[in-house]
Amino acid sequence: MIRARGLEKRYGRRRVLTGIDLDVENGSFLVVTGPNGSGKTTLLRLLAGLAAPTRGRLEVDVDRGRLGFLGHEPLVYRELTALENLDLYGRLYRVRERRERIGMLLERFGLWDERNERVGTYSRGMTQRLALCRTLLHDPELLVLDEPYSSLDEMGAAQLDRELGGLSHTRALVVSTHDPARLEPLATGRLALA
Amino acid sequence: MTYLSDVVALTRKDLRVELRARDTLPAMLLFVLSSLVVFHFALPEEAGDEAAYGLLWVAIVFTALLGLTRAWVPEHEHGVLDGLVLAPCDRSAIWLGKTFATLAFLLAAQAVALPAFVLLFAPLDAAAVAGVLLADLGICAVGSLLAAMAAAGRARELLLPLLFLPLAIPLVVGGVGSAISSEPEQYLLFLALYDAVFAVLSWASFEYVVTE
Amino acid sequence: MGAAIVLGLLVAPEDADQGISQRIFYIHVPIALTSYFCFGLGAWKALLLLWRADQRYDLESYVAIHQGTIFGALTLITGSIWAKASWGVWWTWSSNQLVLFLVLFLFYCAYFMLRFSLEDGPRRARSSAVYALFGIVLIPVSFLAIRLAEDFVHPTVFTREGPQMTATMFVAFCVSWAAVTLLAYVLYRVELAGKRLDAGLRELREAIG
Repeated sequence: MIRARGLEKRYGRRRVLTGIDLDVENGSFLVVTGPNGSGKTTLLRLLAGLAAPTRGRLEVDVDRGRLGFLGHEPLVYRELTALENLDLYGRLYRVRERRERIGMLLERFGLWDERNERVGTYSRGMTQRLALCRTLLHDPELLVLDEPYSSLDEMGAAQLDRELGGLSHTRALVVSTHDPARLEPLATGRLALA
Repeated sequence: MTYLSDVVALTRKDLRVELRARDTLPAMLLFVLSSLVVFHFALPEEAGDEAAYGLLWVAIVFTALLGLTRAWVPEHEHGVLDGLVLAPCDRSAIWLGKTFATLAFLLAAQAVALPAFVLLFAPLDAAAVAGVLLADLGICAVGSLLAAMAAAGRARELLLPLLFLPLAIPLVVGGVGSAISSEPEQYLLFLALYDAVFAVLSWASFEYVVTE
Repeated sequence: MGAAIVLGLLVAPEDADQGISQRIFYIHVPIALTSYFCFGLGAWKALLLLWRADQRYDLESYVAIHQGTIFGALTLITGSIWAKASWGVWWTWSSNQLVLFLVLFLFYCAYFMLRFSLEDGPRRARSSAVYALFGIVLIPVSFLAIRLAEDFVHPTVFTREGPQMTATMFVAFCVSWAAVTLLAYVLYRVELAGKRLDAGLRELREAIG
């Protein structure tokens, strides 16, 4: 699904990534670790197609509609409600049985009661949970998640554990984290950035 | 068919966001009315109607700039633009949705400004109004694209006017011409030509501006 | 060496005419034409960048537009001198060519502002390329607009002397045009080489350090 050789990314004069090789197949679970500034976010953005490598080869066999990305930012509109945000993304991603799927995800992540509140009123934990709903909405084949546990409270983290556990063998996942121990049981590969 | 429904979904989203945030449209309205009042004091006694039409167009261009500068702000909060770019829809649909929404705001502001202008300065005939409408299309089409370009860098509020004003000059010529000329058809035709050419160019090149 | 040839050629046309206003014409018009050509080249390279996704074209497009802007500024200056010599004013709105160049000059200055405000990388290259394409389309559109504006903006007070050239004057004009084009080409190659050298050195420094 993903095949990368000698990936390098430079922003102006700053070299953020060098010499990255990786392979991700269906069923893989790649855990990416590294201190702040080591390029985790950059790497994940490259894999998602939001940035282009300065050098090296990157092949991602998945088209946009089957890729789920969770970045540092939640990628939702503050002025819209959770329902409206997910409805928009549901339309853009051509999600079948959109309403049912949205309802199901909102419930799973404990946001059903607040579905008609504007996202601007949400706490960070709630926003992150909504972002996860957005990421999973179209049932992607490949998931690229940048520190998905950040800002999550216990309940949200437990739900995420469940989701990742359920997806880990049937999808391909690339997840960056500050807490590799949590994902250790699911990981099939590890990449540590310096 | 999905392309159109994408555009509709995106336009509705923009209208909804503005309706709730309520910051851009009131600012545009206030700005255009204040400008008209300033112009009254800026015009000397003997200045004819023609000078007033010229100033109307200055007001329109700068009001549009105000709206355009804020056009992509919702997408830059919480990094939403990435979310739209990642979606499988055509990237040009994002531009088209934004263009229609910006057009709606500009028309709303003008729905107040034009009657005010007629009240305070000079009459506007059908050709003049047609000129305004045609120019609005060009302004929003080109402006949405340039605003996205400028938003990626620093000092975006400063950059957008610099990028936009040279491209707005032909529109001002067309607009003023259709208001004061005895043969407005050629100016209206010219505006339509501008719209066609630059809208297609913007539509085709938006993809390259938001992706790497 | 190329520069020496160019300078030699530039001197030649000056002999073949009378009056300073005519003399400026031999330089002003070729400079203007060369400017258009540079902008066209810049737009072509920009198109190649978007089409082939080869970053190499970014620098080529940029340098071409840079040259075009320099020659554009020279067009405005020589045009202003010509206006002073012919009509006694430093600027006139009735010269369509001058007005067009003023608009273009502003447009392409904004191009550099755009490049300055974006970080180096594919984003900047693509946005610059798109803007360069807008520029080339703007040239005929602006020209049309200025023509239309003639009717109401400012009355044509000064009669424009269309160049009625004799055969020898025509030859002199062509020689001058060739010389200016050659100059532009040389400058383009020099600047491009210089910029590529800079980039190469930077990469080397990074590989080492």
